[in-house]
Amino acid sequence: MTRHTLSVLVEDKPGVLARVAGLFSRRGFNIESLAVGRTEHPDISRMTIVVSVEELPLEQVTKQLNKLINVIKIVELEPAASVQRQLLLVKVRADATVRSQVLETVQLFRAKVVDVSPEAVTVEATGTSEKLDALLRMLEPYGLREIVQSGMVAIGRGARSITATAVR
Amino acid sequence: MTSATSRPAPGESSSPRPGPRPKPAPPSGAPIRVTGAQSLVRSLEAVGCEVVFGIPGGTILPAYDPLLDSTKVRHILVRHEQGAGHAATGYAQATGKVGVCMATSGPGATNLVTPLADANMDSVPVVAITGQQSRPLIGTDAFQEADICGITMPITKHNFLLTDAADIPRAIAEAFHLAATGRPGPVLVDIPKDVLQEMTSFSWPPELRLPGYRPTTRPHGKQVREAAKLIAAARRPVLYVGGGVIKAEASAELLELAESTGIPVVTTLMARGAFPDSHPLHLGMPGMHGTVSAVAAMQKSDLLIALGARFDDRVTGQLSTFAPDAQVVHADIDPAEISKNRRADVPIVGDCKEIIRELVDAVRAEKENTSRTVDLTPWWEQLNALRETFPLGYDWPEDGTLSPQYVIERIGALTPADTVFTAGVGQHQMWAAQFVKYERPRTWINSGGLGTMGYAVPAAMGAKAGVPDVQVWAIDGDGCFQMTNQELATCAIEGIPIKVAVINNGNLGMVRQWQTLFYGERYSSTDLGTHKHRIPDFKLLAEAYGCAGLRAESREEVDAVIQKAMEINDRPVVIDFVVGKDAQVWPMVAAGTGNSEIMAARGIRPLFDEDE
Repeated sequence: MTRHTLSVLVEDKPGVLARVAGLFSRRGFNIESLAVGRTEHPDISRMTIVVSVEELPLEQVTKQLNKLINVIKIVELEPAASVQRQLLLVKVRADATVRSQVLETVQLFRAKVVDVSPEAVTVEATGTSEKLDALLRMLEPYGLREIVQSGMVAIGRGARSITATAVR
Repeated sequence: MTSATSRPAPGESSSPRPGPRPKPAPPSGAPIRVTGAQSLVRSLEAVGCEVVFGIPGGTILPAYDPLLDSTKVRHILVRHEQGAGHAATGYAQATGKVGVCMATSGPGATNLVTPLADANMDSVPVVAITGQQSRPLIGTDAFQEADICGITMPITKHNFLLTDAADIPRAIAEAFHLAATGRPGPVLVDIPKDVLQEMTSFSWPPELRLPGYRPTTRPHGKQVREAAKLIAAARRPVLYVGGGVIKAEASAELLELAESTGIPVVTTLMARGAFPDSHPLHLGMPGMHGTVSAVAAMQKSDLLIALGARFDDRVTGQLSTFAPDAQVVHADIDPAEISKNRRADVPIVGDCKEIIRELVDAVRAEKENTSRTVDLTPWWEQLNALRETFPLGYDWPEDGTLSPQYVIERIGALTPADTVFTAGVGQHQMWAAQFVKYERPRTWINSGGLGTMGYAVPAAMGAKAGVPDVQVWAIDGDGCFQMTNQELATCAIEGIPIKVAVINNGNLGMVRQWQTLFYGERYSSTDLGTHKHRIPDFKLLAEAYGCAGLRAESREEVDAVIQKAMEINDRPVVIDFVVGKDAQVWPMVAAGTGNSEIMAARGIRPLFDEDE
């Protein structure tokens, strides 16, 4: 199984997320991560979907996605040719005895503390899922009280825009 | 609501009185003020809809008021929404037009689920219009509320929930466009009651806004040339023809391709009639109950030319052993079908009519350019030997009962060539596919993909409404018939004189056949009692529904009763053919086995034995 990142441009209409998510589940594919947001075009939303799947089933799911009437365009973003980012918020147990060690780790990962209390700090970090996993591994010994992560978003490197050609 | 309806919806706020009767639409597209319901009916008229099969109820009620005045749209009041849905598919497949069904919210809409799934599997252009609870009530578990868009999402090509009456013309135009173009399929339009009631403006034609829908119809020239090269060089080619050829109206082109190349043709269950059964190049139907020669041709082939077919498991059998030596040219309008089950060496996306037309020219050019011509004689010798040794056939039951295959064969022989046949699902369906000879497209209508029992009667009703001047015969089983025969009332009252041949073997025949073969003759829940107790008595049932009821129980009665049925045209006819229960469908590729293990009859495996 290899991990693939799909950028899916969709019409901004009710139910589109359900259509896309439903298609994945009914064809037996697990979505690792999904993020949806607006684009520079008011009528178009962009989904970034990360799936772990072999090459051939991926082709099939891409074709099936393309059949959804509300799906305008699908582009697979290669990790090397794109910037991929995920947002992580994590509440780490950090009383006075370990707080400075926690803060050091946070700095190493170029993350930042967004909330602090006597027993814990809340850390915000962005990056690839690998980087965020590494950060969590480093923080784990102190005690992870709560984790929340966004889906991955991704954009191709260079000047070209995948939305430009999708709009009539 | 004060008006009495079949599905009243108490507790709704009282609706405004029905608006003024619609005036004829102005010739130009100038907007006029109408209710949402009037806009819906005008849209249906403008898009060319002639027949709607449906049942009114609480939320769709506003639409039925202007429908009463429409001179262009005929509404046929069915007895169950499932009947409306299958009638729409029967109509669509007999005519090539979009079939339309209508139902109210909640149970009305959920009763359409089976026909919509059926239409989706068989790529039939259908538009379903459903009422929905008023906008403020949506999401509150209101009376007769069901999230029909959510429910039908995986079984429709697309669906819409309208929230603004101004969107009605565009949604209807888009629904018909989506249903009929590309790979056809069902589209559902869900309209809240208050949207039907509010005032809006209507103008036609609306602008379609489907930026994500651009079906490819023109094939890629390079792919066509690649395919032509393979076709010209193949020693054991087969034209594997699917239902897409009928949908693309490409029978004439197919005939030209077959005759100009001399390549054998097989037609799948969905493609029966796409190529004349009487044609010497036709080997018949492939698949689980296909002819030995059709199955063998595919198994031994070095090139399968799949045209509007989808390598369904009922055709391929065990996929890993299917057509092991064949390269594959796969032409289909749906790119997702190509290489879904079997990898295509040459994929061609496009409309079958254009693809085949271009293939004819490309193959001709290829043959002119290369001096080498392949002689298909050895291939034909092999296939003809199989065709002669293992023709379709049947034995008369040893217990002296009537042979179901004989009945179906005689119906096929005695009816005119343009007769349209529908079928339910099971043994009778397979026999109807095998023993009726189809010479033209759109004369065979059945539920192939979903395998919907009960399909025959409502589909025949829809077909007859679409092509009233030809005979329409429903070949049905006694199990299937009991699922949807309430539509006989519709047929009798609406003047739709279909003919129903109930192949009554007293059992769920196909299940029983599998119990005979694979479950040690342990017949669990397959005896319907239609023989033992004659419950129901189909002849009396037919008469109760205002139809002519006939019966035949012996060979001698068969032709006479068919003739008699053909003479009755003022009402539907039901013939109870009481046949033996032990007849089986052969040939057969047992589920999960490879096609090379096809059995011509029980225990006879012509291809397998030959290899040993």
